[in-house]
Amino acid sequence: MPEYARWTRDAVGQWGGFHQELLDRTGVDSGLVQKGGFWLGFSEEEVQKRADLLAKIDREAGGIPFRMMEASEIRQYLPDIGPKVVGGSWGAQDGMANPLFLLRALHSGLKKAGADIISGIDVAAIEHNAAKGRFTARSGDGQGWTSDRIVVAAGLGVGELASQVGIHAPTVTTRGQVLITERLKPFMDYPTNKARQTAEGSVQIGSTTEDVGLDDGTTVEKIEWLARRAVDTFPALANARLVRAWGALRPLTPDGYPIYQESGTCPGAFAVVCHSGVTLAAIHANVIGPWMGGLTDAPPDVVPFNGKRFLDKNARFVRDH
Amino acid sequence: MTTETLFLIPQKAGQAMVRIEFEGETLRVPDGISVAAALLSSSRGALRTSIVKGTPRAPYCMMGVCFECLVEIDGIPARQGCMTLVRDGMIIKRQSGAPSLDGLASGGKNGK
Repeated sequence: MPEYARWTRDAVGQWGGFHQELLDRTGVDSGLVQKGGFWLGFSEEEVQKRADLLAKIDREAGGIPFRMMEASEIRQYLPDIGPKVVGGSWGAQDGMANPLFLLRALHSGLKKAGADIISGIDVAAIEHNAAKGRFTARSGDGQGWTSDRIVVAAGLGVGELASQVGIHAPTVTTRGQVLITERLKPFMDYPTNKARQTAEGSVQIGSTTEDVGLDDGTTVEKIEWLARRAVDTFPALANARLVRAWGALRPLTPDGYPIYQESGTCPGAFAVVCHSGVTLAAIHANVIGPWMGGLTDAPPDVVPFNGKRFLDKNARFVRDH
Repeated sequence: MTTETLFLIPQKAGQAMVRIEFEGETLRVPDGISVAAALLSSSRGALRTSIVKGTPRAPYCMMGVCFECLVEIDGIPARQGCMTLVRDGMIIKRQSGAPSLDGLASGGKNGK
């Protein structure tokens, strides 16, 4: 979907300014590092597939340059890669941020702007008073919050709540398992598709993609697979200790791309399904927020992300993550 | 401000003791306790420095969660003192920042 590639490209372009705004408003550093990143491959065949995919994305969306590299060239940037890495791609627009500090910055900024953040609530239903144009979010224990606007952004819970305000937003999921090592002196200057090192020194190794329904557990088999792959990529990691492993469920749509949509029948109600909340954080804050908050008209860029695309009975969908 | 340790291990009659070495100094501590408990009760202060800013840290949770008690034990860096029992002859050093991968590969090098 070229619209999604453009959406992501624009979000990445806005991240630097967004990071600075969060820092200025809240003093919280989101940990943004935008100096490029690597995808590493173990066979010529998968490296060629990667090259074809990136060429297609750049051709369709534009402005997403990349460069394929032999292992010897990659080693100039990542000296610790092992002999099983045969090549890979370099993306100048790749980067990383710390999702926990990002979340803290967003919460802090909201509070400074006068927002209340109410957590630990199980919103079970949305009531719509069409005559008054009001929505009430009703919790399982009967509490209610009323407003003329409501955004359903409840991850895997979006489908059921959005249907109550006339939005078709089907969700599916895959499980991702990741491993975390003890904190180590910095040795990985760039993030890769198989592992990255945080500013604090932990190496995050990931991830799996599994169709296992709503089971967010971990399995020995996948932990072993991830550990082997990480050691094949960076052999010295064989000596590192793992301190955590976890599984989590990605909130996806049947084609893997987001839904951003206003209800046609209940104006003022919106739904969002999106997995890449960190990558897209800047564009969510700068474009989606003002639109759903009533400050701007619907941005033309979001038209392809309407959930109606899933109502076509003849369409077939595939996800690649 | 008191310089006495805040952590006391009750002395029991007939308690077996072991000798451990901490930063070159021999300490006599009860057998069967953790390295972190032994060093706290010996009033040895900070056991490590933090990774990003290098500030001094001491054992905190004593149950394997906070990783504040990391020390080098018998040449292996960044071991959790609260999860490791003392053993006679054990050689313990303060952990300076994060261990390097090179250090792990060569069987233990505390920082660089």
